[in-house]
Amino acid sequence: MKESFIYQVFWKRFQANRFALTGAAVVIFLFALSFLAPYITPYGPDDLDLYHVLLPPSAAHWFGTDDLGRDVLTRVIYGARISLLVGFVATGIAVIIGTVIGLVSGYYHGWVDSILMRFTDIMLCFPTFFLILAVIAFIGQSIWYIMIVIGLTGWMGVARLVRAEVLSIRERDYVMAVRALGARDIRIIFRHILPNALSPVLVSATLGVAGAILTESALSFLGIGVPPPTPSWGNILTSGKDYIEFAWWLTLYPGLAITVTVLAYYLVGEGIRDAMDPRLTRK
Amino acid sequence: MMVKRAAWLLLLLYLTFFSACDGKRKEVAAPHRGPGEPAYGDSIVVGSIGQPSTLIPLLASDSASHDVAGLVYNGLVRYDKNLKLEGELAESWDVSPDGLVITFHLRQGVKWHDGQLFTSHDVLYTYQVTIDPKTPTAYADAFKQVKSVEALDDYTFRVTYAKPFAPALESWGMSILPAHLLEGKDITKSPLAYRPIGTGPYVFKEMVPAQKVILESNKDYYEGRPFIDRFIYRIIPDNSTMFMELKAGGIDWMGLSPIQYSRETGSPDFSGHFDKYRYPASAFTYLGYNLRNPLFSDRRVRQALTSAINKDEIVHGVLLGMGQVAHGPYKPGTWAYNPHIRDFDYNPGRAVELLAEAGWRNRNEKGILEKNGKPFQFTILTNQGNDERLKTAVIIQHRLKAIGVDVKIQVREWASFLSQHIDKGNFEAVILGWTISPDPDLFDIFHSSKTGPRELNFIGYRNAEVDQLLVDGRSTFDLEERRRCYYRMQEVLAEDQPYTFLYVPDALPVVSARFRGIEPAPAGIMYNFIKWYVPKEEQLYQ
Amino acid sequence: MVQYLLKRLIMMVPLFLGITLITFVVIHIAPGEPVEMQVAMNPKVTAEARERLRKFYGLDKPLYVQYAVWVKKLAMLDFGRSFAPDNRPVVDKIAERIPVTLSLNIISLIIEFGLAVPIGILAAIRRDTLLDKGITVFVFIGFAVPTFWLALLCMYLFGVKLGWLPISGLHSLGSEGFTFFHWLGDLLKHLILPVSIAAFGSLAGLSRYMRSTMLDVIRQDYITTARAKGLPEKTVIFRHALRNALLPVITLLGLSVPGLIGGSVIFETIFAIPGMGQLFYGGVMARDYPLVMGILVIGAGLTLIGNLLADVGYAVADPRIRHGGKGP
Repeated sequence: MKESFIYQVFWKRFQANRFALTGAAVVIFLFALSFLAPYITPYGPDDLDLYHVLLPPSAAHWFGTDDLGRDVLTRVIYGARISLLVGFVATGIAVIIGTVIGLVSGYYHGWVDSILMRFTDIMLCFPTFFLILAVIAFIGQSIWYIMIVIGLTGWMGVARLVRAEVLSIRERDYVMAVRALGARDIRIIFRHILPNALSPVLVSATLGVAGAILTESALSFLGIGVPPPTPSWGNILTSGKDYIEFAWWLTLYPGLAITVTVLAYYLVGEGIRDAMDPRLTRK
Repeated sequence: MMVKRAAWLLLLLYLTFFSACDGKRKEVAAPHRGPGEPAYGDSIVVGSIGQPSTLIPLLASDSASHDVAGLVYNGLVRYDKNLKLEGELAESWDVSPDGLVITFHLRQGVKWHDGQLFTSHDVLYTYQVTIDPKTPTAYADAFKQVKSVEALDDYTFRVTYAKPFAPALESWGMSILPAHLLEGKDITKSPLAYRPIGTGPYVFKEMVPAQKVILESNKDYYEGRPFIDRFIYRIIPDNSTMFMELKAGGIDWMGLSPIQYSRETGSPDFSGHFDKYRYPASAFTYLGYNLRNPLFSDRRVRQALTSAINKDEIVHGVLLGMGQVAHGPYKPGTWAYNPHIRDFDYNPGRAVELLAEAGWRNRNEKGILEKNGKPFQFTILTNQGNDERLKTAVIIQHRLKAIGVDVKIQVREWASFLSQHIDKGNFEAVILGWTISPDPDLFDIFHSSKTGPRELNFIGYRNAEVDQLLVDGRSTFDLEERRRCYYRMQEVLAEDQPYTFLYVPDALPVVSARFRGIEPAPAGIMYNFIKWYVPKEEQLYQ
Repeated sequence: MVQYLLKRLIMMVPLFLGITLITFVVIHIAPGEPVEMQVAMNPKVTAEARERLRKFYGLDKPLYVQYAVWVKKLAMLDFGRSFAPDNRPVVDKIAERIPVTLSLNIISLIIEFGLAVPIGILAAIRRDTLLDKGITVFVFIGFAVPTFWLALLCMYLFGVKLGWLPISGLHSLGSEGFTFFHWLGDLLKHLILPVSIAAFGSLAGLSRYMRSTMLDVIRQDYITTARAKGLPEKTVIFRHALRNALLPVITLLGLSVPGLIGGSVIFETIFAIPGMGQLFYGGVMARDYPLVMGILVIGAGLTLIGNLLADVGYAVADPRIRHGGKGP
């Protein structure tokens, strides 16, 4: 009962935030694009045409062709799938690991907490991108490795957030009450603590997706992003960077796609944060 | 509506960046087109992606190190503009009738950059340190064929081989190191790694790690003082950045990719300031098959695959026509190149026939050929970082799909590519390249004794006739005799198709127009670097 | 206080060991060995030559031995020699690059804070107006644009087309001969592009945080009181609100200190700046184990120390911690 009221308030606030709405609309649009990709694209993403290399945008190719004659519009749309996939899986992994660690750590306290938090501290000491770089370069370049590694290096923030929430919640009266009644730990964690700890995690997750997309494009630039011929925005952008002057379409469209998508996620994330912030008063 | 306006604004902004009108560039007077008067002075700035790892050439295997070391050191011999061996530190040499003994007559009066005289003692030292097991070098193999060496006097050096070894002469093009600075010391800890002393046309001046290397001309160089006073090597790790620096005048020379060469350099502004050169590079790219894999053991299959690949299309699409189709492992125009071999031309009909003969007749529901219920499917591996090879793989994948062969492409980081796949024979097909050295000896690549782990005949090619031809080819100094062997070898290779030879690309260097004296030849453009000059009135750097 | 410090210092030992362990594991995930890189695809190299190289670098011993040997050396501050052919000590190579990375990052940090604070304040004061929304969008775009794309565009516009700024590197050729001011000016010109683009990317997080702490503070009762007293708005904002809003942001500054060590690989590659990022990337690509391990350990280690210093700074600033109460 109490919960549904909070959600109603949340929705009202979120909807009132125009930026967040725009962001959400873009995200939904991208999802739609990814699902419908095979049906709406005029060409296949791998259709080579070596006699029509690097053509500027025209009626036949709205976004032009790339250096192997493939249609850029098609590749950008298929790239959406990859970018979204990377964003979600990587962030999903990070969130799951972080949440589990945070929950266990916060709830059980004691030496379990100590060890887990020290481990978190250690991981936080490393420059994250360096770690990702080293592992991908060493292990091999595949979209799955990339997602896993980004996830494995991004959970620390979530863990800390969750732990903090757990720490504050577990002392509250209703938790004590449920415990006194003899409820089992797991039940307590999942039914009572977790839902309340979710809010910062959600914000973190949306920002995480945005970050993962940017990281993939950075990895592509260094040559170890999603392996070709699979199109990802990062690798289309990278393949065009040498021709930035005359084949501007190869960098403009994926670059815009990344910018708009990351922006959208960021706006949604900020929107969620603002909507859930109990301290915001209405003007 | 606001979004739409923003989008238009953005597009407009983006396009103004690249509008055809030229902004204000550094004022460099468009050079007069005549040859002008040779004059000493000026500097040439060259860009490099990697930085030299060590300036002792014996210990380095990266091209950046060799580029610099190549100007600081000399070998006993070198290749002239037509890729014939000529003397450098050796004025002349005699080869005994049985081909076992080479006697080098060394040039007199050549000085090291620190003033000491060059003698045969230096050559002796270089040989000894190279074959020393404690020296971590990749270049000891050629010298291992040597039976004994002897410094007869200060300017005579004799090498004796156990068997006649034609590539021997070429191996003495190795940079000669200064004995007086290295003898008795650990070469791996020598300061010569970052402060080299050689006998070459340029003297090392300064190296700022990861930024630049500066060389100054050797006023006492035995061939005469080089015209260009300074050679500056700028390290710029990103290709796009380097191209921009080229256009802005920050560097004077760069090797371009086919697309850059054809599309980005057409403006009159560019051609006023730069000269473009183009000549066949000394390298070839190929599709190599793992011959131990039953899929490729039948040579009709390999012939079929070659017939299904349109090599012209690859040269057109990947190299934009700036290269040639390769039919064998030699560069067209070189003496060992056999112009008469019949390769398997693009003929998909013939490919399907050949495959049918080899048992691949049925097709599954996806249109892929099958034999005994198994589909014809394999993976092409190539190394990461090479755009051209990747594009080639994609094209081949496309063409093979058309005849019913399913190809997957995997890109691997270089070091793990070598250790996990090549060295262990753990691959199906690869797209790689070899540099073509002027000496046509390909023993290490095609002889059946070199098929062990980590050796270069990693595809596992065994052909008795080729083995014999390789042995014969390297055991005589008689050019005609060698040519016969290599001609025949190319014929056999064309029949056997252990590789599908793909292309020999063109080298596409672009040099600032103020440099005169550049004459492209089979050896490229660097061979006469010391004769390049900039007329007085056009010199840019003091 | 002393007790606090001591406890923290002791904690650092296992933390540091943990760092070394993770580093070692990360390195050895890699299939392939360093010598492969050196002798790549060179027809002149034999199996013998490779074995020679392997022994030379000690790669023929089992893993745990290699780890123990390494940690022992670390304890004596010996980071070993690089596997690259120049075989130089790892510390030398790192020490060469740290000043560049540090200075670049420090300058960027100063500019970031210098810009983010006023922007955040502005956005807070004019909350929900067009200005606030505009700033928000501007700042978010900075975060969302892939930096290398933006960098290339700017390099093209300002370097090639307009010729106003140098394209890459830190100094012009021949800069050793410049007078001091000329040299400084030259350096600054080279720094404009990389620093501005780096700062632009980080503005989002900082300015938003500034804005939110500012908003928090403005809502407080004492601000309302100040306004009720009739004080001019400017005084209210700058004298009363700002000081308190700034404190959490300063702590963010403290948190950023550790990040000064790691360089951005992408930036340094594009702008040809010889910093830690590039060194690391090169080391990774060449499987230069000692170098990569050295950088990871030193980087993480310095971060550890940086954190300690930041915490000490807190403790000094916030009496609650000093006297053993529950800290933030």
